[in-house]
Amino acid sequence: MLAFIEGMLGAAIRTGCPIMLCGLGCLFCSKAGIINFAMEGVMTMGAFFAVLGSYLTGSPWIGLLCGIVAGVISNMILGIMAITVKVNQVVVGTGLNSLCLGLSSYLISFCYPDGMPNKVNAFKTISFGPLAKIPVIGVLFEQQALTYIAFLLVPVIFYVINKTSFGMAIRACGEHPHAADSLGINVDKKRYTAVLIAGVLGGMGGAALAIGQMSMFSIGMVAGRGYLSWSAVTIGKFSPIGVMLASLLFGAATGLQVRAKTLGIPIPSQFFSMFPYLLTMIILASVIGRTSGPKAIGKPFIKGER
Amino acid sequence: MTAKVGKTEITIKKKDKSFIARIGGLVVTFALVLVITALIIAMSGKNPIEAFGYLFEGAFSSTYNIGETMVKTIPLLIAGLGLCICYRTGLTSVGAEGQMAIAGLMTTIVGVYVTGLPRLVMIPLCLICGMIGGGIWAGIAGFLKAKFGISEIINTIMLNYIASFTVSYMCSGPIIEPPGTYIQSSMLQDTAFLTKLVPQTRIHTGIIIAIISIVVVYLLIWKSPLGYQMRAVGYNPSAAKTSGINVTKNLVLAMFLSGAFCGLAGAIEIMGLHHRLMPGFTSELGFDAMAIALLGGLHPVGVTLSALFFGALRAGSTTMQRAMQIPASLVSIIQGLIIIFVMMQGLFSNFIIKISKGKSGKEA
Repeated sequence: MLAFIEGMLGAAIRTGCPIMLCGLGCLFCSKAGIINFAMEGVMTMGAFFAVLGSYLTGSPWIGLLCGIVAGVISNMILGIMAITVKVNQVVVGTGLNSLCLGLSSYLISFCYPDGMPNKVNAFKTISFGPLAKIPVIGVLFEQQALTYIAFLLVPVIFYVINKTSFGMAIRACGEHPHAADSLGINVDKKRYTAVLIAGVLGGMGGAALAIGQMSMFSIGMVAGRGYLSWSAVTIGKFSPIGVMLASLLFGAATGLQVRAKTLGIPIPSQFFSMFPYLLTMIILASVIGRTSGPKAIGKPFIKGER
Repeated sequence: MTAKVGKTEITIKKKDKSFIARIGGLVVTFALVLVITALIIAMSGKNPIEAFGYLFEGAFSSTYNIGETMVKTIPLLIAGLGLCICYRTGLTSVGAEGQMAIAGLMTTIVGVYVTGLPRLVMIPLCLICGMIGGGIWAGIAGFLKAKFGISEIINTIMLNYIASFTVSYMCSGPIIEPPGTYIQSSMLQDTAFLTKLVPQTRIHTGIIIAIISIVVVYLLIWKSPLGYQMRAVGYNPSAAKTSGINVTKNLVLAMFLSGAFCGLAGAIEIMGLHHRLMPGFTSELGFDAMAIALLGGLHPVGVTLSALFFGALRAGSTTMQRAMQIPASLVSIIQGLIIIFVMMQGLFSNFIIKISKGKSGKEA
């Protein structure tokens, strides 16, 4: 039983980490009033370029940097469309997802003329020696660098959003952009900053998936994690800690699927595969209920218009 | 229009929305998409003009190819029309894909296991079962939105995954084709096949259903009391509520109807084309339908045009892929670019407003 819990915790952290990073990115966007529906595409780009960077240089850190740059660039398209052009953010997100998915599979033949490698250099596990030997929670101290970063980011983002004037300004842009504007806050600039941060985090999330959790890229590998990370924001009631818990829950649900297969539980694998999604719906309908996100979420800000 | 209120001067310049300007904007948009796509093709060392040639040839060159364009257009059109209903009601559904899958499952179950019925009964029965399946699948999200205020966007995404895994489970277990070599269901009975209309093509009677759907959706949204209520809810839910419109009912009903049309698309895809259920038969048609509905301006005529365009793109890409080994994923790139650039058109009209505001500012 102890081994089972330990295994589940490990799986939750390993598979939850990419979702958590992207979820924190989506959180930043939604706090500023932007629905980051393009996270699926941003994550795909992050994953693709992280693997490419690691393949070309052999260093996962440079891979991570490439992933972040790709994430920022693709998320900036969403930013420009949502903030400057002021269009429906969900639609742009859909377009961007389609674009990024297509681009990633198109670029494979272009970037890897000799065929794609099955394995590139990924992040190595950093173990905290004796701490990792503690039963059950020992797995917490035997993770990859990106996982530690992800967990450290949770309190940092909590602090930034809730305690700093920058975070206050971001939240004001999401709750009541016109009031924020009248106080001299540059709403567009703040929203662009949020999109930028979300791009960084989304790129990191993609990298965490491709060269952290795995060590390769495959077409469609993101497989809905971008959407899940966006759901994690709603389930987590728009708080960083909530996002963390929701991501870990998704991770655990995925881990359960793998465990059940190895244990030979006679339930068709498809039921385990749909479990995280079903769980999301049930949690939303029962426990969370009405979540009130930022009031101006999804609405373009047009100066001087009410 | 300029008006003076006290010291402030208000200038409202009507957005230039003349027909020619709109068409001009679209031409510029498609030219931009074409140029970018050409660059992407050229980047991989292929000749873009040749590629576009194959793309066009694959969509329009022969009777068979035109037929392929039509066959690809049918489900896109019907699902796009369905999405118009819920988008007009202010519901952002992403669930067409899942609704099509569930409808396909329902249709297959009826089409394979309900035996002994004549063709005249069988075909409507299969279609209606598909519509009900899709409608209920969408209705779940609509109900959760109306009752608990849960984002229909998240729920429809989740329902897509659940539907796709359900289909995959059914195909690999309960309704697998004996002896179970392939993960797919048995063939439908002949009585459930949609009739082929044009020889040497794959065009089937689904095209007639699609044309009827255009009219039905138009009448539903613009000429019926129900459509009026739905649009009122979409425009301003609280105002609709104050004037006595049952918002909850309309939200659920709009979702159900939208799902029913998406389900119809799924049922037709099975009955007219595949004749059996297999995982992934929807091939992202549901996501394309979203783009089609929105690019078509949520109007049946616009939706028809954009569905034809996307259908041609799908049909042409097959030929292009075969002739030049260009990955079909190029189509996703083109689609993404089109969505983004068509939305960009708003930028130009925004500029017109900004300039006029700037001028009035200087004068003051």
